[in-house]
Amino acid sequence: MTGIAHFFETFADSGGMLTRAMLLTLELAVVSILLGIVVGLLFALLKLSGWKSVAWISDVYIYLVRGTPLIVQIFILYFGLSGLFLIPDFWAASLALALHNGAYIAEIFRGSIQSIDKGQMEGATSLGMNRSLAMRRIILPQAFRRALPPLGNQFIIGLKDSSLAAFISMNELFNVATTLGSNNFDEMTYLLIVAVYYLILVGVLTLLVRAVERRMAVSER
Amino acid sequence: MKEMIRLEGLVKSFGELQVLRGIDLTVEESEVVCLIGASGSGKSTLLRCLNFLEESSGGKIHIEGRQIDPKTDDLNKIREKVGMVFQHFNLFPHMTVLENVIEAPVRVKKVPKEQAVREAKALLDKVGLAEKADVYPGKLSGGQKQRVAIARALAMKPDIMLFDEATSALDPELVEEVLRTMRELAEEGMTMVVVTHEMNFAREVADTIVFLHGGSIIEKAPAEQFFTNPQAPETQNFLQTTVLR
Repeated sequence: MTGIAHFFETFADSGGMLTRAMLLTLELAVVSILLGIVVGLLFALLKLSGWKSVAWISDVYIYLVRGTPLIVQIFILYFGLSGLFLIPDFWAASLALALHNGAYIAEIFRGSIQSIDKGQMEGATSLGMNRSLAMRRIILPQAFRRALPPLGNQFIIGLKDSSLAAFISMNELFNVATTLGSNNFDEMTYLLIVAVYYLILVGVLTLLVRAVERRMAVSER
Repeated sequence: MKEMIRLEGLVKSFGELQVLRGIDLTVEESEVVCLIGASGSGKSTLLRCLNFLEESSGGKIHIEGRQIDPKTDDLNKIREKVGMVFQHFNLFPHMTVLENVIEAPVRVKKVPKEQAVREAKALLDKVGLAEKADVYPGKLSGGQKQRVAIARALAMKPDIMLFDEATSALDPELVEEVLRTMRELAEEGMTMVVVTHEMNFAREVADTIVFLHGGSIIEKAPAEQFFTNPQAPETQNFLQTTVLR
């Protein structure tokens, strides 16, 4: 019993610091996912452009990102960028995470765009729509709907991956929790607490994605 | 009579496979031409070459008196003049019926939205679907979908309409409502090129029947003559094996 009481007591006491850290985690996650969507869409379109050399750039990018650990990418970007010009830690971390998420999101978008029946492009073309207009108005809105479930999954992964920003000393959830843990000689309690924070964030995100999916599905009936 | 389409020696190959072997064909204003033939005879490919969904491999295509060069001409401008209706409708599922119809006029022709909506409603009324304007395509029957697709193509005010097996994907009881709409369009003087398996429709509505076999035009004749007195053995054989419905 004392163990459980201790857990909740520590949970309450650390509430202020961990909430602040959680907000930073959220900021990192949201910024890097939004940027990742832009990057992902760009590289998906490059890959589907029909120009071999352009598609190749996209392939190389995706290979580099998928072929190396995220922590290595964060370190390279962080030390590389801060060596070249002054960049705040937050943006070094966000950029690294965005480029990482972007590669996976590019593949998600590519798959969902290719899954749209080719009759849709033909229908649009037969009405005099050029490729980019048809892409924007006809293909992408449908592809985006289809991409939502895997995107939601990638959002969750992105949120949890933001914990790696701790290693470039960002005061996000994981970093603050482990620091508090070692300062108080109570690592396990703080690790369990931070796990609960992540579970809550992921839970909320899951509900959000599900609500968006439902809304988009309704409009097609 | 104004010449709407003229093909000279049109050739189309997919790799090694030659699908169209030198097609010569003229379609005049208000003429209804039905392309018939067995599957694989090249009739759909021919139709798709007419609005450049397929790029021909050789020969000349004239639309409304002007030879079109796919390399230099703006094909989208030509497609505004040549409407197309597909076997599988190709309606946009994320848009309502009305949005489907106004999309191209508003986005491509820059028609003011109120005007586009007014015209779209008139077209939907014409195809008998005025009350479905705010419904998504997923809620419609196949016949209704195809009538929306016709209204959508007409919204661009095309001079020529192409129909690619417009009733082939429909349940039998839904075929007639689509054919009725097509018949009305023909009566209004629309220039139409129709790929169809509906022999009764072809006989009744077409001015000219073009019979394709192995990528070539075997026979071209006025509808009545084609069905009562076919000349080529391939045509006779085709008509014998095709159930007249």
